[in-house]
Amino acid sequence: MTTALQTYRKSKNTIMYALCILSTIAALVPLVLIFYHTVSLGASALNWDFFTKLPKPVGETGGGLANAIVGTLTLVGLGCVIGLPVGITTGIFLAEFGGNMYGTVVRFLTDVLNGVPSIVTGVVAYTVIVLPMHHFSAYAGGFALGILMIPVVTRTTEEMLRTVPQSYREAALALGIPQWKTTLRIILPTALGGIITGIMLAVARAAGETAPLLFTALNNRFWHNTLDQPIASLTVFIYNYGVSPFEDWIAQAWAGALVLIFLILLLSVAVRVATRPRY
Amino acid sequence: MMTIVDTNSPGTAAASRSITPRAIKIAADSLSCYFGSVHALKNVSLSVAEKSVLAIIGPSGCGKSTFLRSINRMHELAVDSRITGTLRLDGEDIYRMDAVALRKRVGMVFQKANPFPTMSIFDNVIVGLKMNGLRNKKDLSEIVEWSLRRAALWDEVKDSLSKSGVSLSGGQQQRLCIARTLAVNPEVILMDEPASALDPLSTAKIEELIHELKQQYTIIIVTHNMQQAARVSDQTAFFYMGELIELDDTTRIFTTPARKQTENYITGRFG
Repeated sequence: MTTALQTYRKSKNTIMYALCILSTIAALVPLVLIFYHTVSLGASALNWDFFTKLPKPVGETGGGLANAIVGTLTLVGLGCVIGLPVGITTGIFLAEFGGNMYGTVVRFLTDVLNGVPSIVTGVVAYTVIVLPMHHFSAYAGGFALGILMIPVVTRTTEEMLRTVPQSYREAALALGIPQWKTTLRIILPTALGGIITGIMLAVARAAGETAPLLFTALNNRFWHNTLDQPIASLTVFIYNYGVSPFEDWIAQAWAGALVLIFLILLLSVAVRVATRPRY
Repeated sequence: MMTIVDTNSPGTAAASRSITPRAIKIAADSLSCYFGSVHALKNVSLSVAEKSVLAIIGPSGCGKSTFLRSINRMHELAVDSRITGTLRLDGEDIYRMDAVALRKRVGMVFQKANPFPTMSIFDNVIVGLKMNGLRNKKDLSEIVEWSLRRAALWDEVKDSLSKSGVSLSGGQQQRLCIARTLAVNPEVILMDEPASALDPLSTAKIEELIHELKQQYTIIIVTHNMQQAARVSDQTAFFYMGELIELDDTTRIFTTPARKQTENYITGRFG
C-alpha cells in the first residue's frame, strides 16, 4: 500500500535525481562544445610540419609551432621546479604542523595568493626578474608560472594529507618511527593520488596561462638557445595568431589550442600511470 | 603503591605475595594527565611486573586509554596535554627519555587494525625496522617470518607476502599489526581494546596469542570485555573517572573485589 507520504518522498527523489542529471549535462555541454569547436577548426592545420617546423615569416604558408610546443613544456617544467617543492612542503607544513597561529596566517596568505590575477603575477615577475636582467627570458616566465602553481599545490597537498586517518600517524609513531619519516615515507605516499591530482591541476593552469608570459617569456619565432632568452609558448602564439588577419595563422592558432589540450591530457595520463598505487 | 607478583597459578596467589616478586617493568607514581583543562588521569600509582599481563577495565572515559597512551607518550600528540608525577620503565624516567627510542621499547596495538595501505604484508611487518635503517634483505626476510610466526599469521600469509596488507580479513589485519609491533622487538606491548572490532574466533586467536607473548613480553591490555580481562590477565586494574579504584590479582578482582565500585562494575550494575 502506498501512502501519500511515500508518494511524496518518491516524487521528491525522482525530481532531485532529474536535477542531478540535468546539472551534469549542463556541466558537460561547454566541455563538449569547446572540444568539438577546437577539433573542427584546428584539425585541418595539424600535420607533421606543425610538430617539427618553426613558424614561417608573414606571407609564407606552412611551417609549424615546434618551438612553441617545446617552449610551453620548458616553461611549465621551470614552473614545476619552483612551484612544486614550495607548494608541497608548505602543504605538508599546514597539514601536519599548521594547527597554530602561524599556520592560520600562512593558510590565509596562500588563499590570497590564489586569488591574485595572473597578470599581476606577470608584472611582479617582470619587476623582480626581467628588469634586473634587462631582457625577457624563459626563467622569468617559469618564475611567474611557478608562483601561480604554489597556492594550488599547497592547498591540495594540505587537503589530501588531512584525509589520511590519524590512526596511520599513530601507528607509525608507535613503532618508533621519527615524526619526519612518518610524514614523508608513510603519510605522504598514502595521500599521493590526491596530491598528484592537485599537481596536475596546477600544471594545467600554468600551461594555459598567457597573461603572465607576455611580460616575462615574451615570445620567440625561433628556437631559444638558452633559458635566459625569450621563449615561445603555445598560449602566446594562440593569442598572437588568433587575432591576426591571416587565415592560415588563425587555423594554426586553433591547432595550437588542440595540441595544448592533448599535451595536458597526455601528461596527466602519463603521470597517473607512473604514480598509480601498487594495490 | 601495590606490588604485583606472579599470579600464573591463582591458587597460590596469596602465598606468592610473600615470596620475591618479579622485577618491576613499569611503575607509575602519582601520575596525572591533563588535556587542556580536562583532568583525564588522577594521581595514579601502580606497577607492572615484567612478563605479566595487566588488564585495565572501566567504563568509557575513565582514563584507561589515557593511561595506556601515557606509557608510550602517544598522549603528546594532543598539543595541550600535560603530565605530572612519574612513570618509569625499568626504573628509568619515561619522560626524560627520547620519545622515539621509548616507542621502540614500548610497542602498541590499536583498537582498529591499521596496516599501512600503501604497503605489502611484508613491508607492513618490517616498516618499523626499515624506516630506522635496517637494509639487509636476508635479515629483513628472517624477521618478517619470525614476527609473523609469533603473531600466528605466518601459515595464512606466507604465500602472499607481496599482497596488500589491507587485503586481509579484520582479524588477520590485527595480527599483522601485532607482527609489525613484534618486529621492532619491544619489551612492553600496549594493547588498546585489540579485539573489540573482531569476531569471536579472531578474538580467541588474539587472546591465545597474548598467552604466548607474555612468556617474553610485558603486556598491558585495555578492554571493555570483562570475560576477556579474566581470561588473559594476571592482574586487573579498575579505573573510574580518571582514578585507579582497585588493582589486584585478576581472580581476586572478579571473585572478591575489595571495593564496592569494582563489584558494581563487574556485576554490571553500572558502567
